[in-house]
Amino acid sequence: MVAAAAVILALAAGAPALSAYQLDLLTQMLTYAIFAMSLDILLGYTGLPSLGHAAYFGLAAYATAIISLRLSVPFALAAPAGVAASVIAAALFNLLALRTSRGYYLMITLALSQLLWSLAVSWTELTGGDNGLPGLERPGAIASAAGFFYVTLTVFIVSTLALSVLVRSPVGYALKGVRENEGRMRALGYDVWKYKYFASLVAALFAAIAGELFLYLNGFVSPSALSVTVSAQVLMMVLVGAAGTLFGPILGAVMFVLLQYVVSSYTQRWLFVIGFIYVIIALYAPQGVLAFLAERLRRRTRRAA
Amino acid sequence: MTFWIVNILNGLSLAMILFLLASGLTLAFGLMRIVNMAHGSFYLLGAYLAFSAMQASGYFLPGAVIAVMAAAALGMAIQRLLLSRLHKQELSQALLTLGLLFIFSDIAFWIWGGNPVLPLQPALFSGTVNIFGVPYPFYRLFLIGVGLLLALLLWYSLDNTKIGAIIRAGLDDEEMLRGIGVNVPLLFACVFALAAGLAALGGVLGGPLLGVFPGADFEVVLLAFVVVTVGGLGSIAGAFWASLLVGLIDNFGNAWFPQLSLFTIFLPMILVLAVRPTGLMGRA
Repeated sequence: MVAAAAVILALAAGAPALSAYQLDLLTQMLTYAIFAMSLDILLGYTGLPSLGHAAYFGLAAYATAIISLRLSVPFALAAPAGVAASVIAAALFNLLALRTSRGYYLMITLALSQLLWSLAVSWTELTGGDNGLPGLERPGAIASAAGFFYVTLTVFIVSTLALSVLVRSPVGYALKGVRENEGRMRALGYDVWKYKYFASLVAALFAAIAGELFLYLNGFVSPSALSVTVSAQVLMMVLVGAAGTLFGPILGAVMFVLLQYVVSSYTQRWLFVIGFIYVIIALYAPQGVLAFLAERLRRRTRRAA
Repeated sequence: MTFWIVNILNGLSLAMILFLLASGLTLAFGLMRIVNMAHGSFYLLGAYLAFSAMQASGYFLPGAVIAVMAAAALGMAIQRLLLSRLHKQELSQALLTLGLLFIFSDIAFWIWGGNPVLPLQPALFSGTVNIFGVPYPFYRLFLIGVGLLLALLLWYSLDNTKIGAIIRAGLDDEEMLRGIGVNVPLLFACVFALAAGLAALGGVLGGPLLGVFPGADFEVVLLAFVVVTVGGLGSIAGAFWASLLVGLIDNFGNAWFPQLSLFTIFLPMILVLAVRPTGLMGRA
C-alpha cells in the first residue's frame, strides 16, 4: 500500500519532466491496467473466462465517438453515454452468455463481441467501416499530454480503490466462492446467477471506462478496438500478472505496453512475438508470471535450506 | 428465378467449405474440449501450400494431397507436443491455440506476402454447366458434391464403424474409454490430425473460390465457430445443418442487405443460442 502510494506520487511529481510521447505511454499503461482489472473481476474473481471483453471497451469508445462526431454532443455528456451503452449491452449479452459455462462461455463471449465488431466493420454510414472514426478532440483543459495523463491517473486511482473495496467486501468473497465451488454456494443459499450477472456488469463498466480513456488518448476508434485480438491481449495481461489479484493485471498491463514498445522498435514481427509469448505462458505459467516466479523462489530457498 | 438458383447454389458451395472447417472443429471440441483458435491456420496453410505446389507442378491434385497431409501432420504434432499437456484446461488451450494462430499468420505473411492470391481451379472442373437455363460454374457444383460426399462419409463412419463407435463413446465419457483399454492419446492425436486435414481441405477447395489472403485465417475460424456453436458442440450432424444455414444466410444476406453482410451471420447465431444455448443439436 505504501509502495503503491509512493509509485503514484513519483508518477504525479515526475510527469512534468517527461516528454509527450512518454506520457502517452504511461497513459496507455494506466488505461490498459483498468481494462485488465475489469476482466479480472470476471476471470480471476468469479471464474468466468471471457474471450470477448473487448466488446465493452470498444462499444463505449464507438458510442461516444458516434454521438460526439455525428450529433455534436458535448464531452461531458458523450463520455458517460458511451459507458452507459456498454453497461446496457452487458446487461443484454449476459442474459445469453451466463446460460452457458466453460468452453461454451468462451465461444459465446467471443461470438457476442464479434457481433459488435461485424457491425463496426459493415455499418459504414454510422461507424466509418474499416477506417473507423477519426477526429475526436479532447476538451481544452485536458488537451495536453500531461493534462490527460493526470486525468487518467485520477481515474485509475479511483477505479483501483473502488475495485479493491469491492473484492474485499462480502460480495467480493461471494464471487470468489462462486469461482471455487458453484454448487456449494448454491447450497448455502446464494443466488449464483445474480452474483455472476453483477460481476459481468461491473466488469463491463470498468472496461467501458478504459475504452473512454483509450478513445480520448488516441482521438480515434476503429474496429480493431472490438476485435478478438484486443480481447486476447487483455486476457494475456490478466494471465501474465496473476488472475485473482488486482496488482497482477496492473503489472500485466505495464509489461504489455513496455513489451509492445520494445518489440515494435526492433522488429516488424510483433504478431509472431506475441503469439510466441501466449504459447509460453499457456504452457509454463498458466497461473501467471508472478505465481511462476514466486514458486521458483520458494523452491530455490527450500533447496538452499 | 436466376437469382434464387444462383444464390442457393452459391450458399450451398460456401456451406460445404464451412462444413469442412466446422466438422473437425466440433469433433475436437466434443472429444477433447479444445477451443481451437488455430483451426483457421490449417485452412490458410492448406490453401497457400496447395497454391504453391500447384504453381510448381502445374497440377491440382498433388498440391491438394500435399497440403492436406502437411496440415494433418502439423495438427498431430501440435496436439501431441503442446495441447496434450493442457488436457481439460480450456482457457490455457484457447490461449495456446490463439498464440499459434498469430504465429502461423505471421509466418504465412512472411512466406506468401500481403497480396491476396487466387489459386487456379482444377482444369477438369472449370467451365460452366447449364442449370434450368442458368449457366453456373462447374467448380462450385464439384465443391458441393465433394462436401456432401465427405459429410456422408463422416456420418456413416461415425455411426457404423468401430472407430466411429469409439469416438462417440469418447464424446460421452472419455475416462470410461480409457478404463476399457482404448488408447485414448492416440485417438486424440488422430482426431486432431483429421480435423486439421479437413480444415486444410477446406482451404484447398475454398481457395479458388474465396481467394487466399492474410487475415483469411481469422475470418474463417470465426465463421467456423459460429457454425459449431449454432450446430451444437460435438455434433457432426449439427455442424452440417448449421453450415447450410450459415452458408445460405450469408449469401442471401449479402444479396439483400449488403451493408450488414457480417451482421446477418452473427445475428441468427445469437437468436439460435437465445432459444437453445447448446445449439441446434448439442447436448448440455
